Amino acid sequence: MLDQFMSYLGSTLTPGQANNQLWALIYVLIIFAGVSVAVMAMNWLERKALAHFQVRLGPMRVGPHGLLQPIADAVKLMIKEDIIPSEADKFVFWIAPLIGLLAAFTVYTVVPFGPSQAVSDMNIGILFMLGVSSLAVLGVVMAGWASNSHYPLIGALRSSAQMVSYEVAMGLAVVCAILMTSLHGLGLYGVSKLSDGTGTLSMIGIVQAQQEQHVWFLFKFFPLGLIAFVIFAIAMVAETNRAPFDLPEAESELTAGFHTEYSGLRWSLFMLAEYAAMIAVSSIAVTLWLGGWLRPFPNLLAGPTWDFIFALFPGLTFLGLGAIAFLGTVRMPKHPYFKIQTIGLAAFGVVLAGIGVLLLAIPIAAKVSNHDILNRSTEALMNVYWFVAKVAVFMYLYIWYRATWPRYRFDQLMKVGWKVMLPISLGVLILTAIVGVIL
Amino acid sequence: MTKTDENAVSNLPISPLDLETPERPYLDSNELIINMGPQHPATHGVLRVILKLDGEKVLGTECVIGYLHRGVEKIAENRTYTMFNPYVDRMDYVAAVSNGLGYCQAVEKLLNVEAPPRANYIRVILTELNRIASHQLWLGTHALDIGAMTPLFYTFRDREEILKIFEKYCGARLTTHAFRIGGLQYETYAGFEKDVKNFVDFVRPKIDEYEELLTGNRIWIERTKNVGVISAADAIALGVTGPVLRASGVKWDLRKAQPYANYSDFDFEIPTGENGDTYDRYMVRMIEMRQSLRIIEQAVAGIPEGPIMAKVPKVIKPAVGEIYHSIEAPKGELGYFIVSDGSTQPYRVRVRPPSFVNLQALDIMVRGLLVADVVAVIGTLDIVLGEVDR
Repeated sequence: MLDQFMSYLGSTLTPGQANNQLWALIYVLIIFAGVSVAVMAMNWLERKALAHFQVRLGPMRVGPHGLLQPIADAVKLMIKEDIIPSEADKFVFWIAPLIGLLAAFTVYTVVPFGPSQAVSDMNIGILFMLGVSSLAVLGVVMAGWASNSHYPLIGALRSSAQMVSYEVAMGLAVVCAILMTSLHGLGLYGVSKLSDGTGTLSMIGIVQAQQEQHVWFLFKFFPLGLIAFVIFAIAMVAETNRAPFDLPEAESELTAGFHTEYSGLRWSLFMLAEYAAMIAVSSIAVTLWLGGWLRPFPNLLAGPTWDFIFALFPGLTFLGLGAIAFLGTVRMPKHPYFKIQTIGLAAFGVVLAGIGVLLLAIPIAAKVSNHDILNRSTEALMNVYWFVAKVAVFMYLYIWYRATWPRYRFDQLMKVGWKVMLPISLGVLILTAIVGVIL
Repeated sequence: MTKTDENAVSNLPISPLDLETPERPYLDSNELIINMGPQHPATHGVLRVILKLDGEKVLGTECVIGYLHRGVEKIAENRTYTMFNPYVDRMDYVAAVSNGLGYCQAVEKLLNVEAPPRANYIRVILTELNRIASHQLWLGTHALDIGAMTPLFYTFRDREEILKIFEKYCGARLTTHAFRIGGLQYETYAGFEKDVKNFVDFVRPKIDEYEELLTGNRIWIERTKNVGVISAADAIALGVTGPVLRASGVKWDLRKAQPYANYSDFDFEIPTGENGDTYDRYMVRMIEMRQSLRIIEQAVAGIPEGPIMAKVPKVIKPAVGEIYHSIEAPKGELGYFIVSDGSTQPYRVRVRPPSFVNLQALDIMVRGLLVADVVAVIGTLDIVLGEVDR
């Protein structure tokens, strides 16, 4: 077992490719924990950001600035009475949230946080992702049907129709990106011909294609890549049932949509699945269009000096977060009632700053000593950092959409999906193919 | 407004909702009867709407009201005229000042006294402030029903400033009991004019802010245009009043049509819509808020000096008779029919609440639309259940 543990160190392959089950398990655990923490952070961030959009403060009571609110929520949901309606189909009712959760988390198997920072590099990675993430609709439909109640049933029907419709446009947008991995045109678009193009469905392969072609697919065949990206970005919001496409759980119409009858832990599983799915589709978008783990301007600002500067970003980010926490400590009311909160916030700031210092120390030490392991950690750190940073932008957009827009009506949603998004994505697909082969 | 619209014969397809859902032999698909409310986030209180659905399509609705019935009209028969005055605030509790104005003026008419001009000017200022507050609350909740969360908080933030003025004036924020029969009890506080002027300057850009979020928004337009259309003829036949009627193109506003409380002194316009859809009703109310600001500005600039109370006996004992007086409340025509038997207590008080009458239009407005539109239409009718049930 130790052999298995040690032998993988220094490998440039994913554990799945290296056939190393132990490390695959470790990666799975890391990702599971990481996504769960990210969901909690997202929960807090959404409530705070939304509150600040809406001239209020959001959670302020549990912990300094409500930092412990997600934990309090989780505890509350866990100790709540678990109600199964007497008319419900108990087995289906029980299994529905698990299917949603399973679908949301299985996707992360192929999400590439770096060239070797993924559980596995499947050669059909993107297909696997689309396939598994669309299983989530099964959980929703089962939940709505098993509740044996009117509002959940309508919510479930809405969401199944919605998810299926938007998957079509989403799939076509994805095909554009896949075409771009192999087609580079004849130079009209200034796309580099460094590689012959390796048409690939592998998530890692897609990012590597962007690396080799020196262009994020967002900018490739301008504006075709951009349009395909926008289609994907809209479809992914609809796919995850978020505002302005949050019809299945439209609060003002269907009280809570498909999970009206759910409570306590089961309900929280749905929430967890929803947020995990949001992160998952954002990861797909980042991988396909925004160069995955690649840092900004890898070619324009190339060279070891720039590499070093960009390697400082993770540490600086955490130091910045620590500074914000410190600022919060200073601005805390001086009343004794807030003493514990002030200490807590200061401690949180120290922890963040400590992480920041650690993350700064690694690239600096690597720069000084040029040690192999340090170099490789710096590299891994950079990859994961830029990937997560890009995903975070999408998560912020989700909150922004929710604060800004009203909700579409069901027929309008369908109209947008089938009559607007589908023709545009088909057109972009054909144009991409033409441009890639002819121009 | 065109004359033909007003005179057109309305054939309202109103029939009681048939709650039978006959079994269909194929696919085992029935029409669905759904209960929306009384505990539902979008019914603005405790309205219960029985919906008959074919999929998402609404075949018919039936409103069940009375969950907030407190017997206000019956209470009036056991209270003196003065004692009943605070009760009317509890009907349309988001526009309490308007309710008070209507009641006080009705009793004044019965007593044949007239409030002095200074009192009337202050009444107009407070009533128009209240109209803005009521419309702001409507806008916030209506937008929330359609899924836009943020306007709610903006409107509540700005409505707060109006409530502060009320609080400074009479001590209460919501159920103000601001007016007395014959005029006002309180003189304005020092700085009242300044506060009101500041508020006008403060809220004007805020109304633009709400419009920025919604008016040009594609989703908002799609959700409101051609939704819940009611023709002028139907609206008149149903007795619909207020912004809902004006959005259908009928230029009918009691402030202009039968001026009361010195409204004829002020220069303002009555906005009307064309299509009678939800978007028009939204625009009418947005313009009304701006017109109210105009009225307030003129009234504040021209408050005359003088007494604030007419000569009213300590014990109010109107002569035997009856009176109907109505005013333009934020939601429509608010009328009071008071019968006096010569004693200190009214023999009968009947209120004509705008929300109750407007709610009748719900059924013909939503037939054939989708479930989501029911919510939008309930919001656009701007009902307050306290007033519907009384």
